[in-house]
Amino acid sequence: MKLGKFLFAAAAVTALSTGASAGTLDDIKAKGFVQCGVTTGLAGFAAPNDQGQWAGFDVDFCRAMAAAIFGDAAKVKYTPTTSKERFTALQSGEIDVLARNTTWTFSRDVNLGFEFVGVNYYDGQGFMVRKSLGVTSAKELDGASVCIQTGTTTELNLADYFRSNGMSYESVVIETSAEGRGVYEEERCDVYTTDASGLAAQRSTMADPSEHILLPEIISKEPLGPLVRHGDNQWGDIARWTLNAMIVAEELGVTAGNAADMASTSKNPEVLRLLGAEGDMGAQLGLSADWAKNIVMQVGNYGESYERNLGTTTPLALERGLNALWTDGGILYAPPMR
Amino acid sequence: MSDMTQGNAPGQHYPPGQHPDMPPPPGTVGFVGWLRNNLFSSIPNSILTILAIYLLYAAIPPILGWAFFNADFEGASRTDCTAAGACWALIDVRGKQFLYGFYPDEELWRVYVAGFILLLAILPVLFDKIPFRKLLFANTILLPVTGFFLLSGTSGSPEAILPTVETPQWGGLLLTMVIGVTGIVASLPIGIALALGRRSNMPVVRTMCVTFIEFVRGVPLITILFMSSVMVPLFLPEGVNFDKLLRCLIGVSLFSAAYMAEVIRGGLQAIPKGQYEAAAAMGLSFWKMMYFIILPQALRIVIPGIVNTFIGLFKDTSLVLIIGLFDLLGIAKTVVTDANWIGLIHESYAFVAVIYWIFCFGMSRYSIWLEAKLHTGHKR
Amino acid sequence: MATQTVDGPKRGSFLSDQRTRAILFQGLAFFLVVVFFVYIGTNTARNLEALGISTGFDFLNAPAGYDVAMSLIPYTATDTHGRVFFVGLLNTLSVAATGIFAATILGVILGVLRLSKNWLVSKLVYCYVEVVRNIPLLLQILFWYAVLITLPHPKKSIIFLNDSIFLNKRGLYMPEPLTGDGFGLILIALLVALIIVPIMSRMAKKRQEATGQIFPVFLTSVGLIIGLPLLAAIVTGFPVTFEYPELKGFNFKGGMVLRPEFVALWFALTVYTAAFIAEIVRAGIQAVSHGQSEAAFSLGLKPSWTTRMIILPQALRVIVPPLTSQYLNLTKNSSLAIAIGYPDLVATFGGTSLNQTGQAIEVIMITMLVYLSISLLISMMMNYYNKRIALVER
Repeated sequence: MKLGKFLFAAAAVTALSTGASAGTLDDIKAKGFVQCGVTTGLAGFAAPNDQGQWAGFDVDFCRAMAAAIFGDAAKVKYTPTTSKERFTALQSGEIDVLARNTTWTFSRDVNLGFEFVGVNYYDGQGFMVRKSLGVTSAKELDGASVCIQTGTTTELNLADYFRSNGMSYESVVIETSAEGRGVYEEERCDVYTTDASGLAAQRSTMADPSEHILLPEIISKEPLGPLVRHGDNQWGDIARWTLNAMIVAEELGVTAGNAADMASTSKNPEVLRLLGAEGDMGAQLGLSADWAKNIVMQVGNYGESYERNLGTTTPLALERGLNALWTDGGILYAPPMR
Repeated sequence: MSDMTQGNAPGQHYPPGQHPDMPPPPGTVGFVGWLRNNLFSSIPNSILTILAIYLLYAAIPPILGWAFFNADFEGASRTDCTAAGACWALIDVRGKQFLYGFYPDEELWRVYVAGFILLLAILPVLFDKIPFRKLLFANTILLPVTGFFLLSGTSGSPEAILPTVETPQWGGLLLTMVIGVTGIVASLPIGIALALGRRSNMPVVRTMCVTFIEFVRGVPLITILFMSSVMVPLFLPEGVNFDKLLRCLIGVSLFSAAYMAEVIRGGLQAIPKGQYEAAAAMGLSFWKMMYFIILPQALRIVIPGIVNTFIGLFKDTSLVLIIGLFDLLGIAKTVVTDANWIGLIHESYAFVAVIYWIFCFGMSRYSIWLEAKLHTGHKR
Repeated sequence: MATQTVDGPKRGSFLSDQRTRAILFQGLAFFLVVVFFVYIGTNTARNLEALGISTGFDFLNAPAGYDVAMSLIPYTATDTHGRVFFVGLLNTLSVAATGIFAATILGVILGVLRLSKNWLVSKLVYCYVEVVRNIPLLLQILFWYAVLITLPHPKKSIIFLNDSIFLNKRGLYMPEPLTGDGFGLILIALLVALIIVPIMSRMAKKRQEATGQIFPVFLTSVGLIIGLPLLAAIVTGFPVTFEYPELKGFNFKGGMVLRPEFVALWFALTVYTAAFIAEIVRAGIQAVSHGQSEAAFSLGLKPSWTTRMIILPQALRVIVPPLTSQYLNLTKNSSLAIAIGYPDLVATFGGTSLNQTGQAIEVIMITMLVYLSISLLISMMMNYYNKRIALVER
């Protein structure tokens, strides 16, 4: 039967992606690419560009992992996931790593059986309103219509916040951030609430950004980070230290431009360890010695990736804020490379 | 009689019955007559007409203005669009994504070839009087296999003639067509099996088929898609997983198979009992009877129904965006999340609506043409 | 091939007996299905255990923790997922019921207009049908929602009836009737009227069959249904007060409100389904042979009577079965509410609750079963109706 043939052929090809148990790294090396779960489109974090290539801050993390493993940042394939199915996709082994602005929470880490490898973006839920409303605090929002994205922790935070302050509201539920922006700009709702980074991004693309203000209240902690499955610690370590290497590189001033030079000229032993000129950190991870050098040269350090996708030169124009290095007043702090 | 007729030239007489035909009164012929007959035949009719004209007047000029006269057609981002109307630069820049999703540029020829094969495959189904029909039919039967290998590739290495293109890279109209065509091709055999099962006199088989058909027809497609995207991974043993698109295709195929089964059952019921009895009298086995006698007749009758099912399925493919696949509508929603194009949702939707409309309208016209061709009864 | 001969004493092998084969085949099919389900069941159980996902229906009693924008029953964020289920179900049912009602009326009007002798109107309806039928419903829902939220801001609401009804992009705000003492009497009066009407119509029919005299059933019914409650209201002194919506702070407070999400979904479902119903009605009317109306005219029946007594009853037989499937489609299509955030069953219970609890299997199964039950219910009602109007063959 036609269907049978078709299914057989399809299964034969897709069977490539089987074997999710132990040895994720070996499987990935065998298949030749990292399968990375991303959002279906969030400006700055992951969205297909005009050429149809995925680009964004979360996408850069995936590319960094590919650079660390294969020495080639292009060896990564993206699976766009909705907020509903992201966890099943990771659980079932459809993807190797999920980099999809996912909030690190207790239940996700413990109950769902995942391992968050760190925080690549510190965020918090905020409110945006029109200046003309004359509102200066979220406490004045009693009776307002609030636009909110469904399927996220923000929905629960919002309910908790209004309840604990004895206020009422009308929720206007939307599926994607693009819709939310349209609905908010049409004034279907008075308030738009989501992660502060998202709000700033939305605000920057409004017809007149100065008409909108972010209220000072941040009602939740939203540490966003990449995650992998429980049970393969080597793979978890690679993901964790890919992220840390990008942050450490920024701390040490190693950039895509100077990494090659610094590997030979630097006197700083930590730089040399990072770039693989000294020590055997790569081998300990099961990777080549120049794994971190490849990350920095091909993707850049944390700061470069941030500037390229989210920073002030982009339409989103997000300040570093909490995501500045701890030495610059932020809370970004990577464990030392030694 | 004749000399009493109005407008008769005075003094002219004709023998009875020889009077030449008079011109019809003005106002019953020509443009005015047409207007009177068709638009202003009575007072309510005139009111309806005026309402309709007002409706057209209120709707058409603004739409044309937005879409054409006040629109921008070129540019590299939203900011390049300065006119008050639509910003079609979006379609100009992202057109490829609307059509093929993220399919790599250097492999696009495969999409074109697949499209051509599809076209060839459709021809013998649509028209029964074309040359080389047998040959084309062979192509049609092989379509799922050839199409799959062509689009998906045969080998992971980039040096191969057909390097693998992962399904997440498929998108836009290409994905819509893949889902639609697979749905219809796969649902046909399943639908036939289910329809035969439903008419079978084996109680267990009949009960199972009826249960399946009624269950699937009773639930929304969206829940079946959720099932395929969220539940199916839990059904499989650890370490085995299907591609997301494949899961979705299975869901869509089973869904349309249930509807197809009902369409085909209608055809089977329309075959006179004599046909079955004659075939049985000839000593044909059940399968031979079905293959040679019943199905060729039944399927022929229900082709319009199959086309209508396909139109429904084609429109329903838009729901896959809810499970994160980038079909035509999914792409339309995604391209406007790009910072350069944010907010151009109306242009995006309008473009997609036109594409859907062209396909669906074309198919429904075909279905009507076919119905008229098959309909040999007397109609007034 | 071992053929089976009717009179031959010697039968072929055991397998060539049709009945044995049928039993074997069915047994095999049944066995395969059971194996399939057992396989899936064990896999699922193992996966759920490995992933630490809890099973069972305890989550229905856990607090939901999120708010639902529109609810027909009292609901707060502290209520349970079980209550969310009923909130969502009622929202689904309300949009489906109102959609079916409106689509039927609009569809019948359009179907009749399609056959109108007015060229322009007939062509306009044709264009409407062809445009609407051939564009995915999801796209249309998104479109109507986009249109509705371009209405004016609450502060610049369109006002009807002297500050009692307000229309803006947040919804249509109307006064809410609050009942006082003696309202029960009005309800009782209405109930009495509703009981009398069918009895009266049956008696009128009997009388007509017996004597040929026609009793004005329709007018009397309307009079009863309006008159009796009105009489009760006058007796009790109109115990109904209205709570008027008022603009307070950001939004209108008080009164009843129709949200744009509901209206957009309802409108899109209506417009879309009406296009299909129009075609069904047209086909149904055209299916009635011309001889029927000609015969009616030659008997001297008025055109309106011809339509009502001759054409429509016959057309209905053709119309009802496909109409049923349109009703089913509309109900199932209401699940697209998720695209614009109307809190129906799929968006609330099948969406947010699924996300919060992670219990995909239970949630999706419950959702599917609910839709299945609604579908079967509509089918049953329509089949009953169909049987009543079906041609009685002698």
